[in-house]
Amino acid sequence: MKGLLDLRGRQLPNPIVALAIAVMVGFALVAILAPLISPHPPNAQSLMLRLRPPGTEGYLLGTDQLGRDVLSRMIYGARISLSIGVIVMVLTAMVGVAIGLVSAYFGGWLDTIIMRIVDIWLAFPFLVLAIALVAVLGQGPDKIVLALVLSSWPGFARPVRGEVLQLREREYTLSARALGVSPFGIMFKHLLPNIMPTILVLSAIDLGYNILALASLSFLGLGMGAETATWGGMLSSGRNYVATSWWLAAFPGVAIFLVVMSSNLIGDWIRDIYDPRSPFRAARNQAAGEARAARDAAAEPNV
Amino acid sequence: MLALDGTQRSDPAGTETQRPGLTPQHAGAPLIEVSDLSVRFGAVTAVSSVSFSVAKGEVFGVVGESGAGKSATARAIIGLLPPTAKIAGSVRYKGEELVGASKARLRQARGAQIGYVFQDALTALDPVRTIGAQLVEVLNVHGHVSRRDGLERAADLLAELKINDPVRTLKAYPHQLSGGMRQRAVIAAALIANPELIIADEVTSALDVTVQRKVLDLLLGVCAARGAGVILITHDLGVVAQTSDRVAVLYGGIVAEEADVFSLFDNPRHPYSGALLNSMPRLGDQGVFEPIPGSAIQVFGDLRACPFADRCARVADDCRAGVPAPFKEGGTTYRCLHPLEDTA
Repeated sequence: MKGLLDLRGRQLPNPIVALAIAVMVGFALVAILAPLISPHPPNAQSLMLRLRPPGTEGYLLGTDQLGRDVLSRMIYGARISLSIGVIVMVLTAMVGVAIGLVSAYFGGWLDTIIMRIVDIWLAFPFLVLAIALVAVLGQGPDKIVLALVLSSWPGFARPVRGEVLQLREREYTLSARALGVSPFGIMFKHLLPNIMPTILVLSAIDLGYNILALASLSFLGLGMGAETATWGGMLSSGRNYVATSWWLAAFPGVAIFLVVMSSNLIGDWIRDIYDPRSPFRAARNQAAGEARAARDAAAEPNV
Repeated sequence: MLALDGTQRSDPAGTETQRPGLTPQHAGAPLIEVSDLSVRFGAVTAVSSVSFSVAKGEVFGVVGESGAGKSATARAIIGLLPPTAKIAGSVRYKGEELVGASKARLRQARGAQIGYVFQDALTALDPVRTIGAQLVEVLNVHGHVSRRDGLERAADLLAELKINDPVRTLKAYPHQLSGGMRQRAVIAAALIANPELIIADEVTSALDVTVQRKVLDLLLGVCAARGAGVILITHDLGVVAQTSDRVAVLYGGIVAEEADVFSLFDNPRHPYSGALLNSMPRLGDQGVFEPIPGSAIQVFGDLRACPFADRCARVADDCRAGVPAPFKEGGTTYRCLHPLEDTA
């Protein structure tokens, strides 16, 4: 496990990926520090200062139709977007990976049943399923999290199952069994660490999807309730003023775009790191092989 | 026919090496007793009524071509075959029946009572966990140990297997080790919980010839020091000659011949054993090897004739009438109606 996250000796990300990581870190900091850095409370109205353009004194990104500071609402919106995005990502990964692992490892009728359920689930468009679930469950952050986890776990279960099907036939799985390791020991100590790269890639991309889905739900009015500042909600209400006050919709739109784009780029980058066919992976392997050969030659002249 | 100088027969294959771990006396009840073991995969019969027993401290060689049923036999012993395999017969470990035993009982037996060393050390180790973690895991499966105690025991065992820097090796990932080191780590995993029976499945086949001997000697040395029994599966007659006390020759899923190693090499009775020996190069032999005509058999359904009949020079009509029953003569048991002459 330590080896997986050990980035020493790994190729540095290219500039675009570096930028994506910087964007994500930046948004995360903004989300964490929201109460400290936001110039106004997100819901403070000053009806005297409605629909002021960006650059107005004290309102860097302007104000909305109720005279609320767009920048402050963006900052609090980042909080909601990222925290829900991350919570849903973690829960979805846990549920999906556990289901995929169990399904592939035990196989047989259990696998058949689980995979047919996954088929049915995937037949629904993700967002439509999420909307239906929110409609049933009601509003509020906990309901949104539940709805998003319920609609996206097959996205983890299916690829994890595929990979585990391969790994469980490897000799080290058989070897672990031959030494008395229990099925759960094999699943969580041997198979899980071996599929970590896949899980990381899926998670990074899932984060983007979650944020987009949350924005979409908020846009449709199915999100967090009207007074909560969310990017999707701001986009939605800004839509009515887009001809006269472009900044209401533009800034949340750009924020959503940046975060989703960044998480996808980071996901691609992680995949490249672990993909043996990617060019810099090959170069690194070669270097490691040479180093190993040299070390072995030095350490073990007789064997 | 083999002894080069007529007097010394310490090495029946004629390669001048010492045999480690050979103890002449194997008193007491057998450690493992396999009787009438059969394994089927669908229509294919991999093993048909194989019987043998191994005592404490004994090295029992199992030789045969690919597909002769060596690995299927070994895996049936510890219940490692896929669920599609149909197993019949009996495997008794110290009198306890293992065929049909509960999964929990088998898990307990694996590693702690019967150790299994795999052929390919590169693939038998988990690539993303350190050697130390994998060794300690085996200890933890069979009774809890602290990480420190576990690593200490692992280091001791690696030192016993002549690994120069055990502490560094424990921290290494499999890809950081050479082939010989990896194979020793796999051996350590099989030995660390102190099993009394070790099944070594083609342990050296994936290794360089120069490393093979060393690794094999280390494995058998540690087993001998602990008085463990060893089932040594190989297709290499030279390995058997140098290491085993008794040998079973498998062909087509049956034990064609079982004998002590000297009898087998000096005085093979089953034509297949004889043919196998004649196809092997020997020191001092200028002659031509005699290959066995035809190719190895795959048995479908029940075996109804001697599986070697189609390739055998001594074949007669009665060979195809049924599988020859085991015939015991001296220390040798063979299944053949027209055996080679007894030259002893």
